[in-house]
Amino acid sequence: MYRTLFPSTFFAELDRLQREMQRFAGPTTSIRGFGRNGFPALNIGGTPDSVEIYAFAPGLDPKTLDVTIERGVLSLSGERHSDLPADDSKSSVHINERFDGHFRRAVSLSDDVDPENVTADYNDGVVHISIKRRASAQPRRIEIH
Amino acid sequence: MANSNDTKITKSDETARYDEGRMLPPVDVFEDASGITLYADLPGVPKDKLTIRVEADALTIEGEVSLPVAANVEASHAEVNLSRYQRAFSLGQELDREKVAAEFKNGVLKLHIPKAEHAKPRKVEVRVA
Repeated sequence: MYRTLFPSTFFAELDRLQREMQRFAGPTTSIRGFGRNGFPALNIGGTPDSVEIYAFAPGLDPKTLDVTIERGVLSLSGERHSDLPADDSKSSVHINERFDGHFRRAVSLSDDVDPENVTADYNDGVVHISIKRRASAQPRRIEIH
Repeated sequence: MANSNDTKITKSDETARYDEGRMLPPVDVFEDASGITLYADLPGVPKDKLTIRVEADALTIEGEVSLPVAANVEASHAEVNLSRYQRAFSLGQELDREKVAAEFKNGVLKLHIPKAEHAKPRKVEVRVA
């Protein structure tokens, strides 16, 4: 509804501004881009013995989610269907902001993770993937005798 | 701090939370003869942290993100930086705010607000005399 108040270039302009600002964020850019504004939004964190990935992907059937790890890249893909009614004269759509369609996001993992040791669950619309680091890669304190 | 300041402290806590910033959840809204249906994406919000308020003319959706994060996790990349969602809508006169129905599943809220009886579409019979 309110979108009609702005020319479509308004949002393009915002995007451009955001990209301009990101240019100053650092000297290097990931080859896979910033991956911002994508669906699902990702939060990534780590502990000394695991890598924790949270994907904010509400309204999905976890069975249709595809999580794979291949050559150090974790990818998460699936499809979300629109909840809006099909185009007909009986209803009118006022706001359409939620993502629908196919999605795929990839995360390059550090070398020390163990792709055999992964757990994933889906709660309150968030996919939580936990990947253990290899024991040999964990910091070890060496005793001096 | 002195005990006499207790109420003041709570108040400033409240303001701090208010100033923290909130995310605007994306929504889909459509209308048919029965009323308005709204879907909102609130991933990470458990059922007990979701509040829907109808006050005067405004419908407010609020949710707090609660993730099972271990204490020693260090964030390296975050696209969701805030922990609260909030969005308000003005309803107008023709919606029945007493009969708002809500469902919340997998982080998606579905609200249905029926039209008030007086605002429902009525077919007017045209009789030819």
